[in-house]
Amino acid sequence: MIQRWLLHPAAKPVLWLLLAAPAASLVWRGFHDTLGPNPAEALIRGLGDWTLRLLCLTLLITPLRRWTGWHALARWRRNLGVATFLYGTLHWLAYAWLDQGLDWPALVHDVAKRPFILVGTAAWLAMLPLAATSFNAAIRAMGGRRWQDLHKTVYGIALAALLHFFWVKAGKNDFAEVAVYGLVVLGLLAWRWRRWRIGD
Amino acid sequence: LSAGRSSVAGALVMDKPTSYDDLTHYNNFYEFGTDKSDPGRLADSLQTRPWTVTIEGAVQKPRTFGIDDLLKLAPLEERIYRLRCVEGWSMVIPWIGYSLSQLLRQVEPTGNAKYVEFVSQANPAQMPGLRSGVLDWPYREGLRLDEAMHPLTLLAMGLYGEALPKQNGAPVRVVLPWKYGFKSAKSLVKIRLVEQQPVSSWTRAAPQEYGFFSNVNPHVDHPRWSQATERRIGEDGLFARKRPTLMFNGYEAQVGSLYAGMDLKKYY
Repeated sequence: MIQRWLLHPAAKPVLWLLLAAPAASLVWRGFHDTLGPNPAEALIRGLGDWTLRLLCLTLLITPLRRWTGWHALARWRRNLGVATFLYGTLHWLAYAWLDQGLDWPALVHDVAKRPFILVGTAAWLAMLPLAATSFNAAIRAMGGRRWQDLHKTVYGIALAALLHFFWVKAGKNDFAEVAVYGLVVLGLLAWRWRRWRIGD
Repeated sequence: LSAGRSSVAGALVMDKPTSYDDLTHYNNFYEFGTDKSDPGRLADSLQTRPWTVTIEGAVQKPRTFGIDDLLKLAPLEERIYRLRCVEGWSMVIPWIGYSLSQLLRQVEPTGNAKYVEFVSQANPAQMPGLRSGVLDWPYREGLRLDEAMHPLTLLAMGLYGEALPKQNGAPVRVVLPWKYGFKSAKSLVKIRLVEQQPVSSWTRAAPQEYGFFSNVNPHVDHPRWSQATERRIGEDGLFARKRPTLMFNGYEAQVGSLYAGMDLKKYY
């Protein structure tokens, strides 16, 4: 039943509408000045939060397939990965534009000066090759094995994103939210590590 | 609260005050939660009457003041101060109060009084944020005695012509316009005059990031971000360039002499 829905021709357009909704809502609120007293910060953080959430969702697909047998979910994994990259791009661009005013020398200084921005930027750059090879022809050209190996860098990206978020909150000693994302990301990675150890 | 305009030098900046709505809905007051919208939603539970402030330590006349005593202790003045948060945003707030020095003179500090320590209210029944281990409660802050006695150091009991809103530190707080906002302790219950430099809550939590002085200084960056610029809440919109941060938040003419000869990179 669920499988039938997942394979329905409308499933992908609906998925992308859902994926676009948070960004559309943030931009709409930005233009209508309802993002609160510090709209730039709200927009940058909102996009960052959604990047992390989508990253978790992407990593959830494979375990979910295993647990439920909904193998049609596999069609969604790359879509979620691309959406994560797009949100990460918007997050970085919002930072560069709204926080740094597209002042490139200041931006370079800022990225170098602030470890959490350096790590965040590195995580975003590491997503570039994954996004660039996210279409079928790239898989064929690379060969499935090499493609798989390349896309395993997503685990490192997830850890970098988590560290980025941890450092954002660390200065204010505020770890409640970080702990939630940390448990999710580490849980998903631990699940894979266990499977790899038992040779599954 | 009725108040006359302050005649203290530098007490009335010409910047446009931040809207009441913004300055009551964008607050760092961790006793009510770490999100800036938390204090505006949750501070209602704070009981601000009856309220007393105890002044003790190296003083001739230790005393506990009721909030009504404090409101009558000296003529209330309106002062329009810039507020610069260490996080890189700023506001302009029309406070009501009088110089802290007027209160401290009442208790007659002794020759041993070198520093002043401020202690904020910490009542878990009224302050939901105290359940989190973000800081060692109660919140503590400190100043050198000469900083505390400076005429710009304000004991604030109101803003925008009314009693302090709870999320802004009711019923009584200090305001240090040339220091990052966290130095201005809210909802005070105790003021101690001491011989040793007190350790403030943020210094205890992260000494490499939050020093004892914490003067606004565009040339000394926070370890994780630049302090050269700031975003003025409500004024610098989504696409506005951030504005340059001023040395001592623009109060250098009034307070610069307090720090003459000090290495401000070392004493951040």
